Amino acid sequence: MIDFGYGITRSNRLNLDEADLSLARKMARREKSFATCIGCGTCTAGCTAGHFTAYNPRKIQLMILNGQTENLKEDLKKCMLCGRCQMLCPRGISLRSLWSKLYRALDDGRKTPAVTRDIF
Amino acid sequence: MKNVVIIGAGVAGLTAAARLKDIGYNVTIIEKKTYDGGNVASWDRLFPDSRRASRLIDDVRRPLGEGVTIHYDQRITSLVKMKDGRIGVGTESLGIIHADALLVASGFSLFDAHLKEEYGYGIYDNVYTQADLESMFSSGKVLTRSGDIPRRIGFVHCVGSRDEKVGNRYCSKVCCVTAVKQASEIKQLYPDAQVYCFYMDLRMFELPYEDMYFNAQKLYGVRFIRGRLCEAAEKMDKSVILKVEDTLAGQTLNLSVDMLVLMAGMRPASDTARIATMLGLHCNKEGFLTPVDIFSRGNETEVDGVFLAGTCTGPKTIPQTIADARSAAIRIDEYLKKRKK
Ligand code: SF4
Ligand code: SF4
Ligand code: SF4
Repeated sequence: MIDFGYGITRSNRLNLDEADLSLARKMARREKSFATCIGCGTCTAGCTAGHFTAYNPRKIQLMILNGQTENLKEDLKKCMLCGRCQMLCPRGISLRSLWSKLYRALDDGRKTPAVTRDIF
Repeated sequence: MKNVVIIGAGVAGLTAAARLKDIGYNVTIIEKKTYDGGNVASWDRLFPDSRRASRLIDDVRRPLGEGVTIHYDQRITSLVKMKDGRIGVGTESLGIIHADALLVASGFSLFDAHLKEEYGYGIYDNVYTQADLESMFSSGKVLTRSGDIPRRIGFVHCVGSRDEKVGNRYCSKVCCVTAVKQASEIKQLYPDAQVYCFYMDLRMFELPYEDMYFNAQKLYGVRFIRGRLCEAAEKMDKSVILKVEDTLAGQTLNLSVDMLVLMAGMRPASDTARIATMLGLHCNKEGFLTPVDIFSRGNETEVDGVFLAGTCTGPKTIPQTIADARSAAIRIDEYLKKRKK
């Protein structure tokens, strides 16, 4: 193929038609409470990890919901599971439980790729 | 002449009393405080048109004239449904009053902001509630605890509302507009001040409210930051440092203000549960009294002859409260006319 010196730039837009939402579905079943997040940012403002890094627990939840899972596991490593976010959340979401279940889900996602997608 | 007893001399109680008196009933109001007007009595100006709260109370009080008796400083000790269908209303100093109909207009109390300890109300010098600020507006002096003109003021929406951690999931409805009103008033007073509102959602639901929001931005340069206050701390100079995420920027931020104003939500008035128990009325999980049907019987209860009006059934604006009280008066009249036959 002739190399024209340019390629197709990937759209920066979230494409919810094509996004892989298997993790979102899985997490919705494993930790039901996070469905009620109103995105107020209290967790992020109070997050111990977020104090020194760009870690943002509010956004982590959006990444789950939107299927942006590429860097999720690496990101999640910054969380110390201190539970401060959970203490602060006005919706009473079990955030600490969400983070540990998410970690586990990302792990088993690696062991059984693709197949799990259709199950959930 | 039939007797109607009203619990509460706030806007709802006074409004209903005037209508019932006009129709020709003998009306008695029992009030726990030493003054009328309820929560509105401690307000300076009202949204959306900045009218004086005192003028509003005058307007609802004026039609009462001579025909209505108000007993102040009363504590209700018993409420009994009697065999003849009337209700015995007992107080310490008045004995038992026999009511052919009873209207509960016991209103609301502001959420106790001390309970959100992380915001520092009662701990830090310069943390106030919207009610404290109204008193300052009334006195004509809006100053920090040390008597200085505040240069930066922050308003925190949803304090004690929409917060599972204090057991109140519901929205108090009026505090967003109140924050916009007060933020604009601060800028009228101190045009050079920087004013911030920290909100989760802005609930500008009535026709004029969006204009107030628009003007707060355009005329007064109020900055609206979408994020809920996580915590406040006091600095050496007694200013208050805020920790919050600007969720639209996706960035946590620190900001210090000379005055922090907490928009405390509405709770059922302290006596609501006691009144409900004595009469066998229903309270919802929020603790407000529940009418039989919110669409068609919004002022009625399961107990014959007992009616509800105003914020005892949930957060309301003042115009909504007045309309609700008038509708309660009509329902009571219908009920008493039917009973006569
Ligand atoms: S504090 Fe709770 S509701 Fe607010 S953004 Fe975090 S998870 Fe969502
Ligand atoms: S548990 Fe994790 S996300 Fe929550 S506050 Fe602690 S470090 Fe932040
Ligand atoms: S009216 Fe606004 S400030 Fe008040 S509880 Fe509702 S959303 Fe919060």
